[in-house]
Amino acid sequence: MSASATAPLRATFDRPLCDRLLYYMVLMRELEDRIESKLYRQGKVLGGCYTGRGQEAIPVGSAILSRARDWLTPSHRDMGALLIRGITPREILAQYMGRATGLTKGRDGNMHMGCARRHCVPIISSIGASIPVATGLAFAMRYRDESNVVFNYSGDGASSRGDWHEGINIAAVMRLPIVFLCNNNHYAYSTPLDKQMRIADIAVRVKAYGIPAEIVDGNDVFAVHTATQRAVEHARSGKGPYFIECKTFRMSGHSAHDAADYVPRGLREEWSKKDPILMLQKYMVEHAGADEQDFVDLRQRVLDEISEAVEWALNQPYPDPATVEDGVYEVR
Amino acid sequence: MPQTTYVEAIRQGIWEEMERDSTVFVMGEDVAVYGGAFKVTKGMLDRFGEMRVVDTPLAESGIVGAGTGAAINGLRPILEMQFADFMGCGFDQITNFAAKCRYRWGQSIPMVIRAPAGGNIHGGPFHSQNVEMPYVHTPGLKVVQPATAYDAKGLIKAAIRDNDPVIFLEHKYLYRSVKEHLPTSPYTVPIGKAKVHREGSDISIITYGWMVHVADEAAGRAAAEGISVEVLDLRTLVPLDRGAVLATAKKTSKIILLHEDTLTGGLGGELAGIIGEHAFDYLDGPLVRIAAPDTPVPFSETLEKAFLPSSDQVLEKTRWLYRY
Ligand SMILES: Cc1ncc(C[n+]2csc(CCOP(=O)(O)OP(=O)(O)O)c2C)c(N)n1
Ligand SMILES: [Mg+2]
Repeated sequence: MSASATAPLRATFDRPLCDRLLYYMVLMRELEDRIESKLYRQGKVLGGCYTGRGQEAIPVGSAILSRARDWLTPSHRDMGALLIRGITPREILAQYMGRATGLTKGRDGNMHMGCARRHCVPIISSIGASIPVATGLAFAMRYRDESNVVFNYSGDGASSRGDWHEGINIAAVMRLPIVFLCNNNHYAYSTPLDKQMRIADIAVRVKAYGIPAEIVDGNDVFAVHTATQRAVEHARSGKGPYFIECKTFRMSGHSAHDAADYVPRGLREEWSKKDPILMLQKYMVEHAGADEQDFVDLRQRVLDEISEAVEWALNQPYPDPATVEDGVYEVR
Repeated sequence: MPQTTYVEAIRQGIWEEMERDSTVFVMGEDVAVYGGAFKVTKGMLDRFGEMRVVDTPLAESGIVGAGTGAAINGLRPILEMQFADFMGCGFDQITNFAAKCRYRWGQSIPMVIRAPAGGNIHGGPFHSQNVEMPYVHTPGLKVVQPATAYDAKGLIKAAIRDNDPVIFLEHKYLYRSVKEHLPTSPYTVPIGKAKVHREGSDISIITYGWMVHVADEAAGRAAAEGISVEVLDLRTLVPLDRGAVLATAKKTSKIILLHEDTLTGGLGGELAGIIGEHAFDYLDGPLVRIAAPDTPVPFSETLEKAFLPSSDQVLEKTRWLYRY
C-alpha cells in the first residue's frame, strides 16, 4: 500500500488536472459535510445519510477518466463520480431534501440517486447487486460494437454477496468491458475485514475468476488515476474486465447515526494522517506550483457554490402527493 | 396446415420479434447450443448468432442483473429461467431493482423474464411450483400466463414489445399438450386483457394457466347436467383485468376462483376481495376458492394428483354452488 508506486508517473499530473481532481474532491468533501453535519442535524434532510469522507480519491481519480458514453454504477461512497458526470450540487441537495426537482423526484432518498442522461445508474441499495447490472450495461456495449466501458463501484462488504461473484464471473466469462473499482475501507458497517473474509485482499478473489486485479493506495488520487488508466485501456481494447482494489478507510460512521465506536481509535488516527485531499495538496505544493492561498480560495469557492445550492434546494417544491401512484408503469 | 403447440407458439413469437427488432436478444442457461431445457430457443443460435442467443453461467441473479443492465443500455432482453422455481435466486434483482427503475428514475426496463412453471409433470417440490404471487405483489412488474397456443404467441410478442419488465410464466404441462391452428399473419395479444374462454350463465370460474383447461373440462361435464358455466381466462395477472372479472361476476352471480397455486396468499384471495368490494350486491352465493393445498408440490403420482385441483373437484364445487 505504498504511494511511492506511482511516483515515476507523477510528471504527467499537470496543474490543470491537479486542479480538477482537487476541485471535485473538495466539492465532495464539503457537500457531504454540509449535508451530514448541518442539514441532517437541522432536520432539513431526512432518512439515511452516508458519506465517502476520506475516500474521495477513488470516485474522483477514476470517474474523471470516463467518457460521455461510458456508464457508471457508483456506490454510496462515490458522490464525486456523480459530480464529475455533471450532476449538480443543486440536484443532489434537492434529492436529499426529497424535493420534486431532485434526481428521483422524491421517489428515493439520499445517495440513492443517479441519472440516465449522465449515464449514472442510481445506487441499487442491495449491496452487490450493481455488479451483474454492470455486466448487462457492458454487454450492450459489446452488442453494438462500441468501445465504451462501465465503471462499477462497490465496497469490501459487497464481495461477500453471491451477486458479486455471479457478476464478476459473468464479466470474466464474457470478457466484458468493465472497470471494477472496489473501495476496501476495511469495514462493512460495523463488521471489520477479518470477520468478512479469511484473506487480506479482495484482489485474491478476483484473480480466481481470471480477471486481472491490482491493489492500489486508495487515498492516493494519482495511484487510483493511473491504475484506472491501465484498466480503461485494457477494457476499451476488448481485453475484458479489470479490477482495482483501493485500500482506504471510512473516516465517518457507516452513516450519520453511527458513531463507529467499534473502530479502534489508533486505526482511525493512523488513517487520518493519509487524508487524500491533504496528500494531493502536498503534491501540488511540491510539484505543481500551488500554494496554501490557492487551497483557501478553492475551498471558499466551493463553500459559496454549496451555500447557493442549499438556498435553491430549500426553496424547491415538494412532490405533489397526488402523484404518488404515477410512474410505476409506462403510460401509453 | 399442422397445428402449433404452445411451446412452438412461444418459439415462433420470439423468433418473429427477433427478426423484427435487432435489439431483441435471448439470454439464459443452455439456451444457445442446446436450445433451452424445453427447446423454446431451438434453432435460434444458427439464425441469430451468439451475440443474440447467449449462454450464461448458472447464475440467475447474474442473468437478471445483466438483463436489466442491458435494458438500461438500449437492448430488449428475453431472459430464460430454466425453471420458474429458480427465479427466486434472482428475486432481489427482479423486485428490488428491475421493478423499481421506472418509479425511482423514470427508466424503462423493456425486459421479459420467461419462466417455465407449474406441475402435473412429476417434477416434485423444485420443478413444479407456481411462483406468481411474489411477483404479482411487486409493483412495477407485469405478470402473464397464457393458457393456449394462440395466446402464448400473441402474449410473448406483446411482452417483448412492452417497456416494463414482464414475468412471462409458461406452463410446462401445456408446452406439448395443447395445440391449435394459428393465424398465418402476425398478431399480438394485449397484456392486461382477460378472455371469456367459454360462455355460460349460471356460474363463473375465474382462472388462468393450465386450470383454464381443467375448468373447461368441468364446465363441459356440468353442461351435460344442465349447468351453464362461464370460464374466464385472466391471461394477465398484472395488470389484472378488473372489468372482465366484475363483468362475469355480475353476469352469473356465482363465482369460483380457481388456481393451481397454493391456497393461502394465492390470487383467489385478491379476486375475492375485488368482487366482494365491487360486486357484493350481485352475489347469490359464497365466493368459492379452489386451489392446491398449502404444501410443497409433492412428487409421487398419487400425491401430486391429490395436490393439484382436478376437474372432479371443480365439478363437485360447481354442483354445490349451483344448488346453493
Ligand atoms: C444486501 C444488503 N444487505 C445489507 C444492507 C445494509 N447495508 C448497507 S451498506 C452495508 C455495508 C456495506 O459494506 P461495504 O460493501 O464494505 O461498503 P461500505 O459501506 O463500507 O462503503 C450494509 C450492511 C444492504 N444495503 N444490502
Ligand atoms: Mg466497506
